[in-house]
Amino acid sequence: MTINRRHLLGASAGLVAAAGLNRFGLTPAFAQSAPAYKPEEGATLRLLRWVPFVPAEEAAWLANTKKFTDATGVQVRIDKESWEDVRPKAAVAANVGSGPDMVMSWFDDPQQYPDKLVDVTELGEYLGSAHGGWYPGLEGYAKRDGKFIALPLCAIGNAVVYRDSHMKAAGFSEFPKDTAGFLELCKALHAKGTPAGFPHGKAVGDGNNYAHWLLWSHGGKMVDESGKVVINSPETLASVKYAQELYKTFIPGTESWQDVNNNRAFLAGQVSLTANGVSVYYAAIKDPAMKAIADDMRSVNLPIGPVGQSVELHQTSTISIFKHTKYPEAAKAYLQFMYQADNMNAWITGASAYCCQPLKEFAANPVWTSNPIHAAYAKASETLRPNGYAGPLGTASAGVMADYVLVDMYATAVTGQMSPEDAIAQAEKRANRYYTL
Amino acid sequence: MTMTQTAKQESAFRSFARSNTAIGALFMLPAAVFLLCFLTYPLGLGVWLGFTDAKIGRDGVFIGLENYEALAGDSVFWMAVSNTVFYTLFASILKFILGLWLALILNENLPFKSFFRAIILLPWVVPTVLSALAFWWIYDAQFSIISWSLIQLGWIDTPINFLGEPNNARASVIAANVWRGIPFVAISLLAGLQTIPQSLHEAASLDGATPWQRFRFITLPMLTPIIAVVMTFSVLFTFTDFQLIYVLTKGGPVNATHLMATLSFQRGIPGGQLGEGAAIAVAMIPFLLASILFSFFGLQRRKWQQGGQD
Repeated sequence: MTINRRHLLGASAGLVAAAGLNRFGLTPAFAQSAPAYKPEEGATLRLLRWVPFVPAEEAAWLANTKKFTDATGVQVRIDKESWEDVRPKAAVAANVGSGPDMVMSWFDDPQQYPDKLVDVTELGEYLGSAHGGWYPGLEGYAKRDGKFIALPLCAIGNAVVYRDSHMKAAGFSEFPKDTAGFLELCKALHAKGTPAGFPHGKAVGDGNNYAHWLLWSHGGKMVDESGKVVINSPETLASVKYAQELYKTFIPGTESWQDVNNNRAFLAGQVSLTANGVSVYYAAIKDPAMKAIADDMRSVNLPIGPVGQSVELHQTSTISIFKHTKYPEAAKAYLQFMYQADNMNAWITGASAYCCQPLKEFAANPVWTSNPIHAAYAKASETLRPNGYAGPLGTASAGVMADYVLVDMYATAVTGQMSPEDAIAQAEKRANRYYTL
Repeated sequence: MTMTQTAKQESAFRSFARSNTAIGALFMLPAAVFLLCFLTYPLGLGVWLGFTDAKIGRDGVFIGLENYEALAGDSVFWMAVSNTVFYTLFASILKFILGLWLALILNENLPFKSFFRAIILLPWVVPTVLSALAFWWIYDAQFSIISWSLIQLGWIDTPINFLGEPNNARASVIAANVWRGIPFVAISLLAGLQTIPQSLHEAASLDGATPWQRFRFITLPMLTPIIAVVMTFSVLFTFTDFQLIYVLTKGGPVNATHLMATLSFQRGIPGGQLGEGAAIAVAMIPFLLASILFSFFGLQRRKWQQGGQD
């Protein structure tokens, strides 16, 4: 199913009419408990967001914003930055106290300057109770000391994509559920000349997703609840040894892969199994020459390891309001409006399975059942575990990820540059540098 | 205040204002302000940040040499230092040899000489990011045109792992840097070659000097001052290279191609550890100073060049 801008605008217009909005456009489901935010006189807002990955997602966001402006008269300017540039820009805005009023940022960003953000606990708790509750993993990114310093926005789901015919040719009728079976599948695919490939290079998104899955699925963790580095553990060692075995089945060159390499290799038929966002599927159906690949493509969640449950990092985004804004009420009204069921559903639909809902109620969105390939991405918010698990979120957890500590640990071991024990010891040392500052 | 005192003061001010010193200072003021604001201040701030634990979005406090102590025990940092030195050394030597060779060829009477001289500049003119993206495809683990051609020729069976194997990756990024840097060296040296009087070569020829002797005893000595300047710039550009590495490998595989500049960025901006990032950048200064001093002493040879005493 493809959603273009025209369809979406049409659908949104219908929703506006159907919702029968009042003058302020704020008609929440539970009117009695809903907080009412009255935008300040003459308020205007600026939102800094990441450059969209799916055009229809942006179209839906803009359509919702326009509805808000029409209903309240509050103009909202939306600035876009490439996703790696949002972090420094937002941090500078928070520190300097000027710039955008709101930011759509990544991972632990709000935790790096919690005292510069407007407390949105009232709104957060209301939205949670009205829409079936927040997913705990996402909630963790947005909360500090029991207060909401941001609203969880979405998880960008990551899932295994594979070629069904190649899996069957390798002797597997269905996709293995556990890490042991997964290794067997990768071995069989390798033997058939249709190998798997996961990035061991400096791939900000895919590389971290894979490395964190390796670690967590085997029960390892970077730090304990108090923030003490505990990466040097038997569980981590088991995960590194597992990664070594898996690496032997990969296509050569994965240690140089950045974020786009796995998409490219998969779409060119060079690898038959990798993990990615749903974007790889949309790239395939857009090109008639890749119809065979698109038809053969299936998605599934990453297998479950010794830890016994599905745990993944995924990419996460939250949206927060800076304290320096002159119009905090208008900003809260805007967020409340964007999280209204109709608007949120229109946005999730527009993102065509790229953005996974933050609130459990929206799991019922038809986008997840509209295409079987979407199903694996529907669980992103549920299986998500915050970065720097199980410790506190903040500059240390963010720094460790940005410095590729975990990605490097696996890459040094699988390429044989260091023994697993030395690679783990080095990661421990590097992580300690951040966690003891 | 009496009249005479005022008059005296005024005339003193006037004579100062009329003097060349004052005019000179006045004319230098814009340049001085510019340098202070855009050179001294950022540099000073960078050095200061290196002594603090500043993070993005948070002012730091002075922590003395702690950042440097941490770096001293950080194997990734030392890998970046040795990579940077290795990268600069090999790329500069190659750029010099190939650039000089190209300049000598272009200095001969070739057909379409101006056309070749113009076209030679292209790698230098193309924005680094664009040429780096082209090299990224050339070095791709699966789609490399080099691997593909060699496989078609039957020379190899599997694609070359250009950016995945540490030494291959180092050689690959050096090759890309050399490709980009040759035109600068070649065109600058060509300009130098054209200042060498033809009569010297003619006289030497009449004396029976071989082409090698003419190169060794006329061209090379006359070219030394230019070589010193060009190579200093070349070394500085190479040492501070960032874009090429960032596009091709982001410092991978496993930090094998991390330069000090890329590591400084990775830790300072996405990693948010401004203090440590600044400390890495400051650690580049001694190397850069050394190469500037080298150039300074290289330039001193000009006296000897012009017939003075060395």
